[in-house]
Amino acid sequence: MQLIFFYILAIVAVGSALGVIFNRNVVHSALSLLVNFCTVAIFYFMLNAQFLGVVQILVYAGAVVVLILFVVMLLGAELGEQVPAWVTPQTLLMVGLSLILLTVIGSAVFEYPVQGTHGNLTTAAVLQYGQVELIGAALFTDYLLPFELAGVLLLVGIVGVIWLGRKTSSSQ
Amino acid sequence: MQILTIVLQIAILLAIVLLHVAYATYFERKIIGHMQVRLGPMMVGYHGLLQPIADGIKSFFKEDIVPEQADRPLFLFAPVICLVTMLTSLAVIPFAKGWVLADINIGLLFIFAMSSLASYGVILAGWASNSKYTFLGGLRSMAQVISYELPLGLSLVGVMMLSGSLNLTTIVDSQGSSFSSMYLFPQLIGFFVFFVAMLAETNRVPFDLPEAETELVSGYITEYSGMRYALFFMAEYIGMMVMSSIGTICFLGGWNGPFEVPFFPPFWFILKVYGFLFLFIWIRATLPRYRYDQLMALGWKLLLPLALLNIFLTGLFKILVH
Repeated sequence: MQLIFFYILAIVAVGSALGVIFNRNVVHSALSLLVNFCTVAIFYFMLNAQFLGVVQILVYAGAVVVLILFVVMLLGAELGEQVPAWVTPQTLLMVGLSLILLTVIGSAVFEYPVQGTHGNLTTAAVLQYGQVELIGAALFTDYLLPFELAGVLLLVGIVGVIWLGRKTSSSQ
Repeated sequence: MQILTIVLQIAILLAIVLLHVAYATYFERKIIGHMQVRLGPMMVGYHGLLQPIADGIKSFFKEDIVPEQADRPLFLFAPVICLVTMLTSLAVIPFAKGWVLADINIGLLFIFAMSSLASYGVILAGWASNSKYTFLGGLRSMAQVISYELPLGLSLVGVMMLSGSLNLTTIVDSQGSSFSSMYLFPQLIGFFVFFVAMLAETNRVPFDLPEAETELVSGYITEYSGMRYALFFMAEYIGMMVMSSIGTICFLGGWNGPFEVPFFPPFWFILKVYGFLFLFIWIRATLPRYRYDQLMALGWKLLLPLALLNIFLTGLFKILVH
C-alpha cells in the first residue's frame, strides 16, 4: 500500500519537475514547481518527519513560489522568449555538469548509506518529547553557533535589500 | 472499516460546516441589515430563513461562463484550490475534547501552511481571468498575504511559548477551564496583532482591497459566475471560521466554559466562534476600507514590531517567573 503510494507520488514529482523545464508559460512552470515542492513535503510526511514537511510547505510552497509568481507577473514575462536551438555548446556544458553532479550525489548515497538517526533524535525520543521540541533543543544547544550565523546572514541580506531599494537623493 | 469510519466522519464534518457557511451568509446579511436600519432578507421562508438555500440552488444552476482569453485550466482550477485548502485545515481543529479528525502534533503550523496555500487560488484566479481588474486584485492579495502572514504567525508564538506545544488540544488544555486563565489576558498584545492580521488574512473589511468594489469591480472574482463564484464565497467564509476557531482555541480557552453543557460539548466553542464572526460582520458594517499604502505600513511598521515585542515580553516573564 505504502509502496504503491510512493510510486504514484514519485511519478507526480518527476512529472512536475519535467513540467518546470518544458512548460512554455512561466506561470505554468512556477505552478509545476509548486506541485513538486508539495510532493517533496508529502515524502517527508511519509518518513514521519511531520515538522519538516509542514515547514517545506510553509517556506517553499507558501513563500518562495509566491515570490516567483509575484516577480513573473509584475514583470509581465509570462510567455517568455522563444527557446532557440536545442543543442548549443552551453546546453552541452549544462548536461555534462548535471551528469557529474548526479554521479557525485548517487555515489555518495551508495557509498555512505544512511544509518538511521544519530544523536538524540531517535524514534523513541520523538514519540516522548515530540519533534518540534527536539529540533528546537538541538538548534539552541548543539547547533547554536551555525543557527546564530544563519540569522546574521539573513540580517545582512535584509540590510542589503534595504540599501539597494532606498531612494537615492539624485532621483528625487 | 477504519477508512470507512474516517470517510464518514469527514463527510459529517463537511456537511455541518457547509451548512454553517450557508447560514453565516444569512447571519451577515441580517446583521448588516439591522445595523443599517433595514430588515435584510425577508421573502424566502419565515424572516428569510430559507434564503441561503435558495441562493445555493440559484448559483448551482447558473451558467458557468469562462472568458475566451482566459487560461482555461487554471481559471477552472483556482476556486477549487481555495476551497480545498480551507476545508483541509478543518481537519486539525478540535471542536471539543476528542472531537477532532486529526490530532497531530503540529496542528497550528498545519493551519498556517494551508492558509498560505489558499492564497494561490486567489492569485491564479486573478491571473488566469486575463483582465486588468482581476489581475490587480490578485497582485494585491499576494502582497497582502505575504505581509500579514508574518505578524499572524508571530502573534501566536507567545501562545506557543506559554503552552509549550503546537498541538491545538494541548493549547486548550493548558489554559485550564477558569475564565481568568485564558491566554487572552497574558497575551493581550498578541491577541490584538492576531485579530488585525486575521482580518487582513481573510481579505475582510477594512482590508478587503483584493476585492474592493469601488475601484476593482469585484477584484479577483470579477470574471467568475455561477457555482465557481459560490466556491470562492464559501472559501472566504470557511477561512473566517477557521481563523475564528484559531482565535477561540489560542486565546479564549477553546471549548471550556462556565459550566459543562450536557450531551453537546462543543457548545461553548461554537458560541465563541460565532462571537468572532459577529465581530467580523460588525467591523464590516462600521469601518471604511484602508488605503493600500496604509495597509502595508500597518502590517510592517506596527504589527510586526508589536508581535516581536510580545514574544520578547513573554520570554522575559517566563524567565522571571521560573
